[in-house]
Amino acid sequence: MAKPFEVYGEEIASRLLLGTAQYPSPAILGDAVRASGAQIVTVSLRRESGGGRAGQDFWTLIQSLGVRVLPNTAGCHSVSEAVTTAQMAREVFETDWIKLEVIGEEDTLQPDVFGLVEAAGILARDGFKVFPYTTEDLVVAERLLEVGCQVLMPWGAPIGSGRGLNNPYGLRAMRAHFPDAPLIVDAGIGLPSHAAAAMEMGYDAVLLNTAVAKAGDPVAMARAFALAIEAGALACRADPMEPRDMAQPSTPVLGRAFAKDDYA
Amino acid sequence: MAEPASRLCARFSEEPVSQRISIIGAGIAGIACAYEFARRGCAVTIVEKRAAAGRGCSWHAGGMLAPWCECESAEPIIGELGRESLAFWRDHFADTVSNGTLVVAPRRDLPDLQRFARRTQAHIWLDKDALGRLEPALSGRFGQGLFFDGEAHLDPRAALSALVSRLNVDFGVSIHFGGEPAPADWTLDCRGLDARMDLQDLRGVKGEMLMVRSPEVEFSRPIRLLHPRIPVYIVPRGGGVYMIGATMIENADGGGVTVRSALELLNAAYTLHPGFAEAEIIETGSGLRPAFPDNLPRLRPRGRTLHVNGFYRHGFLLAPAMARRAADFLLEGKEYPEVMD
Repeated sequence: MAKPFEVYGEEIASRLLLGTAQYPSPAILGDAVRASGAQIVTVSLRRESGGGRAGQDFWTLIQSLGVRVLPNTAGCHSVSEAVTTAQMAREVFETDWIKLEVIGEEDTLQPDVFGLVEAAGILARDGFKVFPYTTEDLVVAERLLEVGCQVLMPWGAPIGSGRGLNNPYGLRAMRAHFPDAPLIVDAGIGLPSHAAAAMEMGYDAVLLNTAVAKAGDPVAMARAFALAIEAGALACRADPMEPRDMAQPSTPVLGRAFAKDDYA
Repeated sequence: MAEPASRLCARFSEEPVSQRISIIGAGIAGIACAYEFARRGCAVTIVEKRAAAGRGCSWHAGGMLAPWCECESAEPIIGELGRESLAFWRDHFADTVSNGTLVVAPRRDLPDLQRFARRTQAHIWLDKDALGRLEPALSGRFGQGLFFDGEAHLDPRAALSALVSRLNVDFGVSIHFGGEPAPADWTLDCRGLDARMDLQDLRGVKGEMLMVRSPEVEFSRPIRLLHPRIPVYIVPRGGGVYMIGATMIENADGGGVTVRSALELLNAAYTLHPGFAEAEIIETGSGLRPAFPDNLPRLRPRGRTLHVNGFYRHGFLLAPAMARRAADFLLEGKEYPEVMD
C-alpha cells in the first residue's frame, strides 16, 4: 500500500480523488467510488445544488458513501462568482475545503490563472483551504502558494479531453520546483497508464472524473485507476532505473569484429 | 412484500368480477396504466391534482422512442422495455412517426460518435452524401452520422391526450381533477416525484427544454448532437416546431430554465443548423424527473398500493411496457424481478 500523503494537515491514504459528475446513475457512481477506494470526491455545487439545498437528494447519496467531499467551483468564470460559490459550498457541505476553478475559456475550460490567484487569496484569507485547479506554469504556482494555497493541482490536459499528460516536461519541472508542496494532477486523464505516469513522476495524487464516469463499465475502470495509481506511487518510491539509449555506441562488444570502429 | 400481494391477485383473477383499480396521477405513467387495466376489463378511476392531464414532467418530454440510442448510457432493460413500448405506440397511436433517429457530432467530437456507435446496436454509418440524402437540411454540414432506422418519435402531448380520449370513448373512464382516490381493490400510485414522501429513495433530476418555431429548418426525425458535456437532441413536432432538450441536473429545484441551460440548448441547435438563429422561441419549460438511485423504473407493491415510478428520462419509452407489467402482476400474479422490489 502506498503511504499516505498530507494535505492541509490531514493524512489521505488514497491517492485517487474522484469527481462525481456524468455517471449513468448515482448507484453506479456509488459502486465506482467504492471500487476506486477514493476517500475524497469532488462535487459541483453550482449545478447540482442550485438554490439552497435543492440538490439535497444527490448530496444525501454522496454522504452515504462515507467519503470526504471536496466541493468545487466548476463553471465559475469570474473571481466574484467563484468566491460566492465557495462560500455557498462551505455552508451546504459544511467544509472549508474548496477546489477552486476559475474558467478562462469556455471551450477548453482552461483556467484563468489571473483570476485564480486573486480568488485563491480572497478565499485563503477567509479561512478556506483552497485546492486550485491550475496549469503547470511555475510562476502562477509560486503566486498560489504565496497567497495561501498549500496544495497545487496542475492539469494533465484540458478537462474531459482524456489526452493524458500533455506536457510531461512541464509537470516534471513543477515537481522538481516544488518538492515539498502536495501536487495533484487534475483533469485530462483518460487512461490508468496516464495516472500511473503522473504518480511515477512523483505526483502525490491524481484527480479524475470523466475517464471513469464515461467508461463502458465505470466500476471496473475505477478499480483499474486505483491499481494504476497504487502501482505508480510504489514505482516512484522504488527508485526506477534510468532508461538507456541503446542507439548510442558505448563500450565495444566483445567477440564481434568491427562492432565498434573507434576501438578497433 | 411482493409475494403475498401476488398470491392475493392470483386468487382474484379467478373471480369473474371486474377489479376496481384506482390510479393516482394522470401523467404518462398513470394514463398508460389506466389504458392497460381498462383494456383488460378493470373498472378504472383516475385522480389528478393538477387542472389537466399530463402537466407534470410528461409535459416536457421529448417523445423520442429510441430504445437503441438510449442504451448508449442506460441499462439493457431500458432497451427491452423500450422496444416493447415502441410496438405499443405504433399500434395505439397512429401519429407515431417511424423515421428513425440520426446521431451526429461536430468534427472535433467525432471520437464521441465512434464511441456512441461502439456502445449501441441497430445502426448504420452514413457518409456525408448519404446523410444529406436522408436529411437534406443537414446536407454538407456533417461528414458522417449514425442512423438508427428502427426508432420512432411522437408528440408526447398529442399521444397522451389520444390515450385520454380513448379511455373516455372506449371505456367510459374519465379523469377526476382534485379530490381523493376512489375506493378500490388496488391503488396504483403514479405520482412521479410527488410520491417521494412514500418512496424515500426517489429523487428529482431536473430537465429543461425549449420549443422553437423555425420557418427555415426542416428535419423529419429526431437528431442527437453529441457533445462531451452537453449532449442535446432536437425533435420535430411538425409545422416547423422543434423541441430542444434536455438538460439533466441532479437538483430537485423546481425553478425554470436557467440562462446557462438555455444558452447551451440554443447553441447546440445553432451548431446543428444556423437557420435556427432565426427561429422564434415559443416555449421554455422544466420539470423534475422521478428517479431511483439506479435510474431504473420500479413496480413497488406496498399493501394494497402498487407504486409505478422512477421512469427518469424515459416516460414515454417505458410507460406502456411498465403498465403491461403492472397489470400482469396485479391481475395474473406474474412477477418481474428486474423491475420490482
